[in-house]
Amino acid sequence: MRLTVNGRDHEVDADPDTPLLWVLRDRLGLTGTKFGCGMAQCGACTVHMDGTPVRACSTPLAAAEGVRITTIEGIEGKVADAVVQAWVALDVPQCGYCQSGQVMAAAALLAENPRPSDTDIDAAMSGNICRCATYQRIRAGIHEAARLLEA
Amino acid sequence: MLPFRRAAAQPLSRRRFLVVSGAAGAGLTLAFHIPGAAAAGPAASAAPAAVSPFNAYLTVAPDGTVTVLSAHLDMGQGIYSGIATLVAEELDADPVAVRVEGAAGNPALYGNVAWGGAAQGTGGSTAMTSSFERYRRAGATARAMLVAAAAAEWKVPAAEVTVASGAVTHPSGRRAGFGDLAAAAAALPVPEDVPLKPPGAWTLIGTEAFRRVDSRAKATGRQIFTIDLSLPGMLTAVIARPPLFGATVASVDDAAARAVKGVVAVVPISRGVAVIARDTAAALKGREALTVEWDRSAAETRGSDALMAEYRRLAAQPPTAVAERRGDPDSAFAGAARTIEASYEFPFLAHAALEPLDAVARRDGDVVEVWGGHQIPDLYQALAARAAGVTPDKVRLHVMMTGGGFGRRAVADGDVVVEAVECARAIDWQAPVKVLWTREDDMTGGRYRPMYLHTVRAALDAAGNPVAWKHRIVGQSILAGTPFEGMVRDGVDVTSVEGVSNTPYTLPNLLVELTTTKTGVPVLWWRSVGHTHTAYVMETMIDELAAAAGRDPVEYRRALLRDHPRHRAVLDLAAEKAGWGDPLPAGRFRGVAVHESFHTYVAQVAEIAMDERGGFRVERVVCAVDCGIAVNPDQIRAQVEGGVGFGLGAVLHSQITLTDGVVDQGNFDTYRVLRMDEMPAVEVHIVPSAEPPTGIGEPGVPPIGPAVANALAAATGRRVRVLPFDRAESA
Repeated sequence: MRLTVNGRDHEVDADPDTPLLWVLRDRLGLTGTKFGCGMAQCGACTVHMDGTPVRACSTPLAAAEGVRITTIEGIEGKVADAVVQAWVALDVPQCGYCQSGQVMAAAALLAENPRPSDTDIDAAMSGNICRCATYQRIRAGIHEAARLLEA
Repeated sequence: MLPFRRAAAQPLSRRRFLVVSGAAGAGLTLAFHIPGAAAAGPAASAAPAAVSPFNAYLTVAPDGTVTVLSAHLDMGQGIYSGIATLVAEELDADPVAVRVEGAAGNPALYGNVAWGGAAQGTGGSTAMTSSFERYRRAGATARAMLVAAAAAEWKVPAAEVTVASGAVTHPSGRRAGFGDLAAAAAALPVPEDVPLKPPGAWTLIGTEAFRRVDSRAKATGRQIFTIDLSLPGMLTAVIARPPLFGATVASVDDAAARAVKGVVAVVPISRGVAVIARDTAAALKGREALTVEWDRSAAETRGSDALMAEYRRLAAQPPTAVAERRGDPDSAFAGAARTIEASYEFPFLAHAALEPLDAVARRDGDVVEVWGGHQIPDLYQALAARAAGVTPDKVRLHVMMTGGGFGRRAVADGDVVVEAVECARAIDWQAPVKVLWTREDDMTGGRYRPMYLHTVRAALDAAGNPVAWKHRIVGQSILAGTPFEGMVRDGVDVTSVEGVSNTPYTLPNLLVELTTTKTGVPVLWWRSVGHTHTAYVMETMIDELAAAAGRDPVEYRRALLRDHPRHRAVLDLAAEKAGWGDPLPAGRFRGVAVHESFHTYVAQVAEIAMDERGGFRVERVVCAVDCGIAVNPDQIRAQVEGGVGFGLGAVLHSQITLTDGVVDQGNFDTYRVLRMDEMPAVEVHIVPSAEPPTGIGEPGVPPIGPAVANALAAATGRRVRVLPFDRAESA
């Protein structure tokens, strides 16, 4: 199977039903994308497929062929930079395990909606669990990133 | 998470602990005694009078980067950043040039001071208490040695050498980085009793200047957790585990599993059957193809409803122990103006840290290495040694940054650590093996916050003041049957009753009884341990008494806390900042709770908004906290914010139930936790203090449940006494 991840093409010998998550992590060494639940409940494995956030744990390899996959390692541009800058400025992470997924979800939200309301944030981010409950700082981080992007 | 207190150097059972006489002046040291294992922990040899900080507590790279070696596991609570702050403060290091790594394998250096110093471990919110003196001293001593090295090299008096932001300078214009001087400094004699900065001279401690050391790595996916490790040739194992607690393997048909592409081996281990494969996907597929017959003859087959019914029956029987008795409760009840009774039911709770349990083991030469979120390293070293068939000195632990813990990584039998070693040994150490638990493995794997039943009777005098209080707690002991069993005193596991037996409220006639139950469901400490349920009961009952007395809940508490100024100070501060007593918009209601845990005092005022259907949302939580000296104020705020969210999700939604012994929940679809849309706005106010620092990882959790419950009672008159709220609503 042929995958395009972070702008690079990879030839992967795996069954088409293999979850994209394990291909990214175990075959391509892209460990920034995390395993948290395996059934699209927690969002720790959020990656972008053609810019749309998806859960890699529940995306079979077959569905990932022919699309542009972006992981936390490959995300770049103004929006991603603003999110990371805001996350660092506010010290958002605690254990940090969910934060790759949070950043990917937040970047996708901001790319589509540069000035999200709290309601927009709730809708876009409630699929991403943070067991440390850093939600307040994630919310503030998204607002801060929006401010940085506007500035 | 561990229930140790600063006074934990109490007598311990000799059966389970090996107590050896330590160095002169060091008092007793203790080590874990594990049947069948060689003695672990400190030998009786004395630690050197003055320990060189170099390579013990910090290393300095040629470029000046300071790497602090942390005695404590960071599972998100930020202790790496806290310890780095202490070192950087005294070292006058450049904060951005400070890194932190986990350390292990030397209890003399890393033993938890708050536990008596002899065993390394993180828990009971003790890490800052344990580190405050140790790591400031390490920084100050290293600084003195760097200064001495500079003075020697420059042939100037040491008193003329200054250090600031990682640079060592002399008025003559000479200048050196830490990296230029470290080798010479480390070779010098270690000075004793280097003075520490007075608090007035602190520039990092107590300020916002030192930020988390790990935010950028975690925001960019570059932070490496145990699950991310890749060693040459490494294999991944998942384990087929018993469907019931106490079931064992009867027979295995592994033909189909072995036929799965990528599966390398299927081996029995102590806790099930391991499927070892070239990668995770293959291991999971192999496990699906595996057929295991289980022997259920010794398994727990009761459901949680049956267990709670049994607890209700036991609550009416004589207790197994008395935890606290003050005054003469019976007489006081006889003379009371009125009595109020209530019973409370708490479910099992899973920790559900987002990084699943994992560990990596390999043998390199004659040394067995284990990577993991090692919360009790000396114990795990001994357990790993036993599982590997080597002596503890041949085990090397690597302490990894860890994706959440909440108590789950401090287990008496070192579960995933032992599993990784057993798997690697089962394939004759031919490859490193990573053991990974799936979410379902974790959710159904036990080690829950125990289920508890409380029954309370309170007697009020004519003025509405409580004159007597009888309290029964029914539930499992966390400590019984573990190497920590020696902490059970006179039949009382303090983790079952803490928060009730030591209540600060003026209750002249108090009886706290405990009925310790036995079930086959494994239990464990869960972020804030006994306080998860005791604070809920105490703080909702007190609220109910205030309502019965027709008194304001804050004023009622203040009066009953007259001998407890730190409780009162946080209560007053939270009430003031929340605008307690000020009118609220229609549909909004407040509730308050105050509770001390781990020597830290927290008050919270929760504000809820009712909706038309009788539901509610927690909108705002105002917190006041007194944790002694606030080393990193922003991380204290972060821990309390997170504690509120963690505790709120649990009281609203979380429960583990069992049907005929089988756990009903498997993943986050059925085990609900807090998500973004339910997170309230949390404000945290810190009480200025010159007291030594106390815990902060856990104390934010206990008050949120009762604060919300009290707000709901203010709104509706309804008292939620069966948790979670979801269950009460559906009942």
